[in-house]
Amino acid sequence: MKRDKILKQYEGTGDNLLAVLHDMQDANPEHYLSDDDLRAAADYLKLPYSFVYGVATFYTMYSLKPRGKNLIRVCQSPPCHLLGSSTISLELIRLLGVGFGETTPDKLFTLEMTSCLGVCGVAPAMMINKRVYGNLTKERIAEVIEGLRRAQ
Amino acid sequence: MSVFRTHVLLPVDEGTAQAGVFEVKRRLEKELNARQLLDEVKVLESGSVGIVGKGVILAVYPDRIYYFNVREEDVPRIIDEHLLKGRVVAGLAHAPIATMGAAKAAARGAKVGLTREQRRIVLDKAWTVDPENIDEVLAAGGYKGIEKIFTDKIQPEAVIEEIKRSGLRGRGGAGFPTGMKWEFTRKAPSAAGRTASGGEKFIICNADEGEPGTFKDRLILEGDPHRLIEAMTIAGYAIGAGRGFVYIRGEYELSIERLRKAISQARKYGLLGKNILESGYSFELEIRKGAGAYVCGEETALIESLEGKRGNPRVKPPYPVTNGLWQKPTAVNNVETLANVPAIMANGAEWFRKIGTDKCPGTKVFTILGHVEYPGLVETDMGTPLREIIFGYGGGIRGGKKFKAALLGGAAGVFLSERLLDVKMDYESLKENKAVLGSGAVLVMDEETSIVDMLFSIAKFFAHESCGQCVPCRIGTHQILDIIYRVRQGKGREGDLETILALAEAMFRSSLCPLGQSLVMPVRSALENFKDEFAMAIGHAGKS
Repeated sequence: MKRDKILKQYEGTGDNLLAVLHDMQDANPEHYLSDDDLRAAADYLKLPYSFVYGVATFYTMYSLKPRGKNLIRVCQSPPCHLLGSSTISLELIRLLGVGFGETTPDKLFTLEMTSCLGVCGVAPAMMINKRVYGNLTKERIAEVIEGLRRAQ
Repeated sequence: MSVFRTHVLLPVDEGTAQAGVFEVKRRLEKELNARQLLDEVKVLESGSVGIVGKGVILAVYPDRIYYFNVREEDVPRIIDEHLLKGRVVAGLAHAPIATMGAAKAAARGAKVGLTREQRRIVLDKAWTVDPENIDEVLAAGGYKGIEKIFTDKIQPEAVIEEIKRSGLRGRGGAGFPTGMKWEFTRKAPSAAGRTASGGEKFIICNADEGEPGTFKDRLILEGDPHRLIEAMTIAGYAIGAGRGFVYIRGEYELSIERLRKAISQARKYGLLGKNILESGYSFELEIRKGAGAYVCGEETALIESLEGKRGNPRVKPPYPVTNGLWQKPTAVNNVETLANVPAIMANGAEWFRKIGTDKCPGTKVFTILGHVEYPGLVETDMGTPLREIIFGYGGGIRGGKKFKAALLGGAAGVFLSERLLDVKMDYESLKENKAVLGSGAVLVMDEETSIVDMLFSIAKFFAHESCGQCVPCRIGTHQILDIIYRVRQGKGREGDLETILALAEAMFRSSLCPLGQSLVMPVRSALENFKDEFAMAIGHAGKS
């Protein structure tokens, strides 16, 4: 139902594929695109399923796997690297007990890496859902993660 | 519009939002209301001022006083002392922005800091108006460019001529003359395409800012979205396009939201849409959101993505000016390039030519990052020496350490050593020194930085972002990463450095697009300028 509503906002032309996929993923509480989503998009936009799959797997913002409630994206581009993003990454892996591209068993966190977030002035930085956290230290990360766990 | 005696500006960006700018704003409005000052003092959210890491920033105009690290509890003091009694709150305030340098000069004997005087064209309004209020933008001189074009009935060819005479060059990195690009697009015959009807042309704004260390376009979009709308309308008129697209990276939520609001306001005011300002010219502008792919910053990949496909770059030629979006003639311009256009049309090409250098007129926005005292962004004349950017605006190396290297232009950039600190930052001067201006990012590294480690980070970035379409880039980026990884671990072998360079050079010659072609720049410059460090890393110090 929700899916049809999203599709109807767009003309059925192929150039709307990225926008359709964005909206479907945003509407999903598990932040991902299901196989049904891809098929619905393909049908509506009159594209082969394989083509839609190709697009969905090309761009890093789309996921075909369910993701946790909090999507943590750690910037690993050179400016953040220079100011210690590897330490930050290791600390997150240690605190969460999962690696990059993985979700914690309680489905609370998914850890991902991202290219430059454009907030290099406060490097090292990460983004959790829509919020950016900068000037990260081990202590600050522990605080943030703890805060999000407690918010449950 | 009512007249306020004082404006209080609160720059909003990720940094200040995190530091609590909205809490400060709420408190400010509450306290002003309690003192019945709301019709005298106007509080507004502005775009970022380019100063980062200083918490909530609060600026008082016309006094030009800046308060850094403002907390909610400071608000009553600022109101009672400054806004009521006109006394700057000592201890909280920083010197006025233009004379900040002078204040610091006394202390340090030099002009330093991001708050020293800049020359702002593209960011001129980005921190003095509320970007979500078109009335303020208009009052501050917005849309003067199109007003002039349509009132004086300036023909499209004359607009192109003016831009050509101004010497404006693309700010995305390549430095191609903008007027020429527009002329090619205007003159290109438009054959009937596959999807759209014949005779169409398009203007696209490349706002897929992904070059590591670059956030100039984000600040323009967040701070003054109306400038971009005006620029796109002028560009569309000049090349003969009725539709324009702004392709923004998906991560830039605030930019998208601000531009969306600005578009609907402009439409309401007749500055966009059908028959703009009764000129007979109609122009529609759409936002398209990217989905996370660095390669889409390359213009043909961006066009593919806009068509709803994987962002695989096309083989050039043909170029977008003849075969662009849906194979129609298309001009693709960077945000910063376009942002110069309204001012050029309003003030004339001669005015623009007086700024910057002879071959690169105008200003450039630089982002200063890494081990500097004041990381952030400045807009200053093209041709400003690198030393002034790092030590003047950036305040020098933090923690009293020594300068070691600067990476110019992002990941697809060049490592410079101290020897080139006095190079002028413009396309020509940098080219003479085998460097590039790129996006204008200046990543500064202190004496303790390992260049091997930095090159590893760059190789990792390229390996991750290669789209995989062409073999040299897909395989080459990973081969280079593997070798540098080994060298970084202290397991380098003889010949490794020669192999890395040979691979990067082969990629330069045979890759399809600039992504694969540009890895040679950081690789070669790092190996040449920091030869000993690499030799040491593989245990052959002194031999070469």
